[in-house]
Amino acid sequence: MAVAERTVRLETPVRKERSPWGDAWYQLTRNRVAVSSLVFISLLILVAIFAPVIAPYHFAEGSLEDNYAPPGDKYLLGADFMGRDILSRTLYGARVSMSVAIVASLVSLLVGLTVGVISGYVGGRVDNIIMRIVDIIYAYPFIVFVILMQVYFKALSRRGEAGGIAGAIIELDSKAGGMLFVFIAIGLVNWLQMARLARGQVLSYKEKEFVEAARSVGASGGRIIFRHLLPNIIGPLIVAETLQIPTYIFLEAFLSFIGLGVNPPTPSWGAMISEGFKGLRSYPHLIAAPAIALCLTTLAFNFLGDGLRDALDPRLRGTT
Amino acid sequence: MPENGILLNVENLKMWFPITQGIVIQRHVGDIKAVDGISFFIRRGETLGLVGESGCGKSTTGRAILQLYRPTAGEVYFEGENLCKLKGEKLRRMRRKMQMIFQDPYASLNPRMTVGNIIGEPLEVHNILKGKALKERVQELLRVVGLNPYFINRYPHEFSGGQRQRIGVARALAVNPSFIICDEPISALDVSIQAQIINLLEELQEQFGLTYLFIAHDLSVVRHISDRVAVMYLGKIVELTDRDTLYNDPKHPYTQALLSAVPIPDPFVEEKRRRIILEGDVPSPANPPKGCNFNTRCPVVMDICRENEPEFKDIGGEHWVACFRV
Repeated sequence: MAVAERTVRLETPVRKERSPWGDAWYQLTRNRVAVSSLVFISLLILVAIFAPVIAPYHFAEGSLEDNYAPPGDKYLLGADFMGRDILSRTLYGARVSMSVAIVASLVSLLVGLTVGVISGYVGGRVDNIIMRIVDIIYAYPFIVFVILMQVYFKALSRRGEAGGIAGAIIELDSKAGGMLFVFIAIGLVNWLQMARLARGQVLSYKEKEFVEAARSVGASGGRIIFRHLLPNIIGPLIVAETLQIPTYIFLEAFLSFIGLGVNPPTPSWGAMISEGFKGLRSYPHLIAAPAIALCLTTLAFNFLGDGLRDALDPRLRGTT
Repeated sequence: MPENGILLNVENLKMWFPITQGIVIQRHVGDIKAVDGISFFIRRGETLGLVGESGCGKSTTGRAILQLYRPTAGEVYFEGENLCKLKGEKLRRMRRKMQMIFQDPYASLNPRMTVGNIIGEPLEVHNILKGKALKERVQELLRVVGLNPYFINRYPHEFSGGQRQRIGVARALAVNPSFIICDEPISALDVSIQAQIINLLEELQEQFGLTYLFIAHDLSVVRHISDRVAVMYLGKIVELTDRDTLYNDPKHPYTQALLSAVPIPDPFVEEKRRRIILEGDVPSPANPPKGCNFNTRCPVVMDICRENEPEFKDIGGEHWVACFRV
């Protein structure tokens, strides 16, 4: 074997080998802001899970003689108009925000990715039809849709007429403290952006030579999608999704603020701000805690998203 | 029909890409005639060079032979089987026998896969080897193409262009193919690396009895590696003969012009070299000229060239030319 003799022998490299994912993780851990954000978000998730253990009171328990109590020994951050502990309610409120952040982003990522990858990979007429449908849904005013949906289901349940599927949905929603409609509302809208992004990514990668090489070898469509396309396109999608999470949290807060979100007495930061906002001048401590929590959480997700983007795509570093 | 010893026989291959208009309802308004009726054969163990300028359909020809694009018309016989008629599993099985080496070693390796996974993919896809045997085979392939078997767990970005191209060669060799299409395998590499890859390809051909279709635009490289050479212009083969005849006695005016552009590394000969400068640009393959494809730029054009298409005929000794002057 004439060729084999020419094999270049190199010293065993001291450098540890790193996969592209390992490299991205390394880059992320070197970004202090992103790491702090990640720690903050992890803490928040823990708070959400262990709220019953940490919180000094139950979120619905209050005594009217303590209403509008200022921060003090009994209520660390004060009490609201019904005398409920604001600290406890803020801690419980993390549950709603974190659920929205996780469920809504997973739903929109999964649905959007599936639709986008199919559309981009199959191409041609299928692509054309799917993308036109996406365009049509995109043009629909989302707030109107959410209001109509909520009004319809809530009116049904109030009149006690709900049966069948509608009844099941209402029951599920009340069990989730009114979060189900928020998930549906957010999920329905945001997969569209993900689908467009995923499709664009697939289109740019499917003409690459390594995909052609896989086809020339005889690899199946599924193998090309899962082994070749997905690992390459998932990075930007995760970044986009992380950067969308603040929007979801805000959307939930907004829906709760206008009274279309979670059902009272389930605490949500948006609902708490809405309640406290009426007495803002006299009792500013009512909205301080939820507002600060909301700000910090959205900031943390934004910084984490930025950090992920820098780590996954070093070429974009420093851009906005 | 193919005579004995012929591995690949291409007959009247056409690859037209449709041009469509309209957003929802797409109307067919024309075709890009990337490959427009070419015929040739390749004997077992030989190297056929395919040259021509950018955009003349060289790469498309290679991809259409491998059925990466489904040809519009024509036949591709590989070991007597018509690839254009094969589908699904049968075609997949044939893919084991023919592989491709790509032009750009930076685009042809998946950046998210290790070298081991890249080279082992053909073996996995065809369920040939698994687990430890697969790993050993990949290491052996790395050794064959002159890379350290230790590299198996590395990622493509850790390699130079030449090393990456070796990985591409190893992937093509993995399933022991008999036929490899080399699609400009060296044009993206440094000149100093080009020779290494060419030598590697030649050694592998000798070692494994490979047959190559070598696509390139570098005439001196093609001269070095090919047994026979085909010259393409605007989707058609204009001349096809053995290497020495082509380089010493080109018949087609396009071949003559092409060869006259090759610089000669000898100052005395170089001084006497007369370049034939072609006027104008290559016409669009969406709208090729009437008659001979080359008539818009041909220095010796005649009236008949603007009316009729010259036949691609054998002028003796397996020397095919498509020109009325011959």
